[in-house]
Amino acid sequence: MQRALFDAADVARVVDRIAHQLLEKTGGARDTALLGIPTRGAPLARRLAARIKAFEGVDVPVGTLDVTLHRDDLRLRAVRALAETEEPPGGVDDRLVVLVDDVLYSGRTVRAALDALRDLGRPRAVQLAVLVDRGHRELPIRADYVGKNVPTSRDETVRVLLSEVDGRDAVLLEQAPTPARGAGPRAGEQPAAGPPGPGSGGTGDRGRPDGVPAGLRTERRP
Amino acid sequence: MKHLLSAGDLSREEALSVLDTAERMESALAGREVKKLPTLRGRTVVNLFFEDSTRTRTSFELAAKRLSADVVTFSAKGSSVSKGESLKDTALTLEAMGSDAVVVRHSCSGAPHRLAGWVRGSVVNAGDGTHEHPTQALLDAYTMRRRLSRLEGLRVTIVGDVLHSRVARSNVLLLSTLGADVTLVAPPTLLPVGVEAWPAAVSYDLDASLPKADVVMTLRVQRERMGESYFPSAREYSRRYGLDRARVALLPDDAIVMHPGPMNRGMEIAAEVADDPRRSTVVEQVSNGVSVRMAVLYLLLGGRSE
Amino acid sequence: MSGASGRGRTDDGVEMAIWLVEGVRPYGGRPVDLLLRDGVVAEVGRGLSAPSGAHRLDAGGLVALPGLVDLHTHLREPGREDAETVETGSRAAALGGYTAVHAMANTEPVADTAGVVEQVWRLGREAGLVDVRPVGAVTVGLAGVRLAELGAMADSAARVRVFSDDGHCVSDPALMRRALEYVKAFDGVVAQHAEEPRLTEGAQMNEGVVAARLGLTGWPAAAEEAVIARDVLLAGHVGSRLHVCHVSTAGSVEILRWAKAKGFRVTAEVTPHHLLLTDELAATYDPVYKVNPPLRTAEDVAALRAGLADGTIDAIATDHAPHALEDKQSEWAAARPGMLGLETALSVAVRAMVETGLLDWRGLAERMAAAPARIGGLAGHGRAVAEGEPASLVLLDPDARWSVDPAASASRSRNTPYAGRELPARVVATFLAGEPTVLDGKACL
Repeated sequence: MQRALFDAADVARVVDRIAHQLLEKTGGARDTALLGIPTRGAPLARRLAARIKAFEGVDVPVGTLDVTLHRDDLRLRAVRALAETEEPPGGVDDRLVVLVDDVLYSGRTVRAALDALRDLGRPRAVQLAVLVDRGHRELPIRADYVGKNVPTSRDETVRVLLSEVDGRDAVLLEQAPTPARGAGPRAGEQPAAGPPGPGSGGTGDRGRPDGVPAGLRTERRP
Repeated sequence: MKHLLSAGDLSREEALSVLDTAERMESALAGREVKKLPTLRGRTVVNLFFEDSTRTRTSFELAAKRLSADVVTFSAKGSSVSKGESLKDTALTLEAMGSDAVVVRHSCSGAPHRLAGWVRGSVVNAGDGTHEHPTQALLDAYTMRRRLSRLEGLRVTIVGDVLHSRVARSNVLLLSTLGADVTLVAPPTLLPVGVEAWPAAVSYDLDASLPKADVVMTLRVQRERMGESYFPSAREYSRRYGLDRARVALLPDDAIVMHPGPMNRGMEIAAEVADDPRRSTVVEQVSNGVSVRMAVLYLLLGGRSE
Repeated sequence: MSGASGRGRTDDGVEMAIWLVEGVRPYGGRPVDLLLRDGVVAEVGRGLSAPSGAHRLDAGGLVALPGLVDLHTHLREPGREDAETVETGSRAAALGGYTAVHAMANTEPVADTAGVVEQVWRLGREAGLVDVRPVGAVTVGLAGVRLAELGAMADSAARVRVFSDDGHCVSDPALMRRALEYVKAFDGVVAQHAEEPRLTEGAQMNEGVVAARLGLTGWPAAAEEAVIARDVLLAGHVGSRLHVCHVSTAGSVEILRWAKAKGFRVTAEVTPHHLLLTDELAATYDPVYKVNPPLRTAEDVAALRAGLADGTIDAIATDHAPHALEDKQSEWAAARPGMLGLETALSVAVRAMVETGLLDWRGLAERMAAAPARIGGLAGHGRAVAEGEPASLVLLDPDARWSVDPAASASRSRNTPYAGRELPARVVATFLAGEPTVLDGKACL
């Protein structure tokens, strides 16, 4: 059961609005860097930078920050493939770093991002921009820029599609009958690993595929 | 992936995921002052080294520590291991300690396989007898890919004591899985009966193979493993199979020279060749080893325990 | 008649029990009744009546063969009683359908004197489950340097006729020649463990594709074949008998075929495991598959089966080699070579030779009873299942299938390579000179 929350045009408008808000709140986005959290936070960050440049001619450095190695829930699922970490040109020290992600849910991904960020350097300040905030926070984390607040129930899933990854832009709300979970939602949680590969994105909010080839079994020859 | 016992157990996908993960880990730590990731915090990695090996042991230790795992090292000397405690009893001790992974180096082929039957955690083969050394092959492949940007179709010549070399076995398996073309060069006495079944070409003539080699990997000619008469003298061996400056001149311009270490300078490889900064990868093989071993430990322990 | 019933009843005239075995099929033929009395098959017929006091055994559906004779067993006593004793080995043998076994000399101390062989012989009589015939060492201490007192052992109560340094090869050609010549005096035979030691130093498994992959030092077929070739020529030259232990390669079979065609008095044996298993099993690195000579290739297995079927190989011999747990639960190179074999020999032989149509029951009886008895010089064993012959018999269920459970073995050791396998045919009863040693698949003693 799937419901479209945004179509492509909506996504574009929301990205524009966040870009404006960012410019407004930071007084022109000077000494600022955008760090996208893979998978879909990365193209989002690049789009934001492009819109900011279009609106006010400011070149905001963009990078990506893979948070996998800093997650607190690694042991709950099969091992995950790592994504790219690319420091924005000029680094993060003494800058305002805006983390960019597609969906904000329990907050654990952002918390892992803060840990990962700490190893990159010492920003002056850190803000958070997300396309969708679906509630159910488990940590005291809030976004500075939100595209849309979407109240959801725990058995629903918010799926963001971006053309760079999925071939089209949309935000979908899915009502999948999911099996009983343990401790409640984790950002980026997915149903059982499907085939790897970019864009295969399961139905989880993270949208990032497991990536590590399933079936890495190891039975020794008998 | 539960164990890493043989390079032949890795599919092409699995092997590439190790290399890709190693790359990502390297870039995750690049330039940082604090080279530490919290990923394997709370996990225990035991290094069980029945054979002396400072290089591989410290490489695994460093890899585990960089991922914040707790590391315990048993080395052969001065432990119950050297007093003749059986492999099985050692395994039971490790079980009682609750190790998540055991990295084992042993002088007997197949020891890690036996261990895997006695412990619940993951077993990583750090070199078993003359059988395999999978992480060495992985770091060798990683090094080749970094230097030459590809593995598919890469022409790799491995020269030396293939018969007794676990590095050779693992490399032949892994490189062929990754699509490289392997040629083995050695005197006939140092090639195993049955090598015809390996996914590699075989030659006795080193000079003929060099002009077509993108990578030359020289194996240590293992004096300590040899009985007698594999070759008449060290001099004849190095004359016919040693990689000296004259032979390096036969190589294509971009070809690289590798050695798993430790080297017998002057025997299988001339000192000046080993130290040639342009061609020799001997030093970076060591640092690549840490990244690759971090990747292996992450892939074995970084998710739900199987 | 062997008279090895340790209870001594045949000696002091106490009457032995009379057994009427009903409806049994000798060599798989038509059902008959066998009346066993005074240690012989007194009567063979149909609808025999049981004399008073006779025990009756319903053997409907069972096949009767002469009690099996093993030319090659390791009973480990004296010296390694933790792995096996003469008694536990005898029990395993009886359960496997054997009524006589030749106990190899590589004990501690080595069986190179009359004293040790008599000790083993006495232990066998006391156990009373099979006729234990000690094998005498060829050289003192199995060192391969000096001949042992072969004559003294031949004259001893143990009446040794088979001599072997098994475990080691008599590799000195001059010494082997002398041994072959010397035993002619008492119609003895040297049983050679054919392995050129200089070609097998540090060897762990068959040299070939699998060994190359596994990184285990190889044991080349040529190391066995070279010694066999030399020994058959020596035997031909000096006119003596030669017996070749545990033949394992296709090349060895060819050499034996040639030697027999030349009229040399050469006999040979093959183990059940070499008729069934290949070196691929070593890929598990489980030393239960480590054995000397090693498991070989499928081509070798095929050649051994053909050689056994056409008579180039005369006999099946188990090379039953029990080992304590710690000698097998280790890394491959540290483990001792050897496999159990007594309790599974018949079933494995049926799987490899009868089920494949290479041998019928008569052929199997020839190779597992008659020929070994001839080679070992055992007059009372391997005789036909017929009137007047000794009542040393095995009754087996040809249609049974059973799963090998190491924990259920009568041997003190557990190193069987068939754990968990399903095998055909099961021994139901064994009679030694008219006395049952196994009934209903269980040992009587």
